[in-house]
Amino acid sequence: MMASRAVNRFSPFNAVSLALGFAFLYLPIVILVIYSFNASRLVTVWGGWSLRWYDEFFHDGAMIEAAWMSFRVAATSATIATLLGTLAAVALSRGERFFGRTLFSGMLYAPLVMPEVITGLSLLLLFVALNAERGFWTVTIAHTTLTMCFVAVVVQSRLASLDRSLEEAAMDLGCNPRRAFVAVTLPLILPAIAAGWMLAFTLSLDDLVIASFTTGPGSATLPIRIYSEVRLGVKPEINAICTLVVALIAVVIVVASLVSKLSNGRGESAAPL
Amino acid sequence: MSTRNIFTRPARLAAIAPSLWMLLFFLVPFGFVLKISLSQTAIAQPPYLPVFDLSQGIDAIKAALAALSPDNFKLLISDDLYILSYLRSLVVAAVSTSILLLIGYPIAYGMARLPKRWQAIAMMLVIIPFWTSFLIRIYAWINILQHDGLLNKVLLALHLVSAPVVWLSTDSAMYLGIVYSYLPFMILPLYATLAKMEPALLEAASDLGSSPGSAFWLVTFPLSLPGVAAGVLLCFIPIVGEFVIPDLLAGSNSLMIGQTLWLEFFTNKDWPVASAAAVVLLLLLVGPLILYDRLQRRQLERA
Repeated sequence: MMASRAVNRFSPFNAVSLALGFAFLYLPIVILVIYSFNASRLVTVWGGWSLRWYDEFFHDGAMIEAAWMSFRVAATSATIATLLGTLAAVALSRGERFFGRTLFSGMLYAPLVMPEVITGLSLLLLFVALNAERGFWTVTIAHTTLTMCFVAVVVQSRLASLDRSLEEAAMDLGCNPRRAFVAVTLPLILPAIAAGWMLAFTLSLDDLVIASFTTGPGSATLPIRIYSEVRLGVKPEINAICTLVVALIAVVIVVASLVSKLSNGRGESAAPL
Repeated sequence: MSTRNIFTRPARLAAIAPSLWMLLFFLVPFGFVLKISLSQTAIAQPPYLPVFDLSQGIDAIKAALAALSPDNFKLLISDDLYILSYLRSLVVAAVSTSILLLIGYPIAYGMARLPKRWQAIAMMLVIIPFWTSFLIRIYAWINILQHDGLLNKVLLALHLVSAPVVWLSTDSAMYLGIVYSYLPFMILPLYATLAKMEPALLEAASDLGSSPGSAFWLVTFPLSLPGVAAGVLLCFIPIVGEFVIPDLLAGSNSLMIGQTLWLEFFTNKDWPVASAAAVVLLLLLVGPLILYDRLQRRQLERA
């Protein structure tokens, strides 16, 4: 009895791998955050605590403008992506077999792993051929195309784990399919939809490569600005900006997990993959 | 059964908007990449020839079609620069995916054995970096790895080295950056399969006389293979086309294909060659992409 339980016990080896793994994942970010409060101009010398680099960021007009552009793109593209991605998930998980289903799911799964240089280049060539003016909308469309696939996967895995007899019961009780969807299915997948929106938002906020291809002159996003500064070397102001972005994302994730905890009680977390 | 069928039709209608969107913004653009990869570079706006002009009638289109040529592909095959970039990309992706599997597996395994309550927290801890900006996480490493950065300071203080080591612009820094960035992509699918595994299986193996080590290799590992495959593909495919990490952390004497493509496009303004490079990259990845698609479909659609 004892011997067989021991096989499944949490061993010292497990503890060590978890400790090392999480240290590896978090140490660099923690160091970055600490150094963003460094008073010294030299990034490597500790000169005491200070908020001066945050102050510098809030007075850097170009950076603020890029941050605002990124925020608008992320909010718009996440909203469109959530709408389209949810529709796609419903079609895939409730549509049974239909014409073009393989192509449809292929088009939704391929962008998840497709190298960004390919997606970015191909979208740019399309925009050029269509003679579209490049800027806010082209980046937003590009990000929507990428992030709706992530939304579709998140919502689809929630739909797959739903008990379908609930929908059937609603329809047996006289609901038409739309009513059954709105009254039964939608409330149950709402946490996944919310998590999908937030994932789409952070992915868009994060993207450098696709945005570089699809944006036009004069409308740089925050990652594009950060990238061009980073290429010139480490600057304390960048530490401050990065800390702010990390803080924003942490808030988004905590909200996402609270939303999904509150609404499905069983504490299933909304995993993005 | 019949109520199910009522639901099917409206659900299919839901596919219309997303499939039109993906056709226009994902599939059709590949047609443009293919077409421009067969065009000539030109000093014009846009910088390639021929340009299809539908208003010029059918003859102009025929002339434009006749002007397409495989020259860019011949260039890719004949120039060492490109072949070496492709090879380097495949090698870097293979090596980093192996390292990721070696590091990610024990972490996912440890997570799956935590008490249920803690598993949710551990999962959260893996997801947070996954959601945090790629660029920022690479930048964090530049801070640490630079000449007078923290790593060299620690090494000097411990007398492990006598002079600062050059870390930036080396392959080791690039591998470190890739492994760091992709680790959550490896851990999450591995954890998902390991967490689902029945503990009774290992107890049975042990009751039948198997040592913990052989129980792992005979039971746990084979059953986790779908997770291994998902994690490997989820890392390998995007790493082959990676741009940001090698650009910021590796040296500039040998480039990955993502960097070469970026250089052709942004610096040399040679859109046709960049497009041809993208077509070849896509061809290299078709096999892994189809595998990934199958795996994803099986995982999400087991009814």
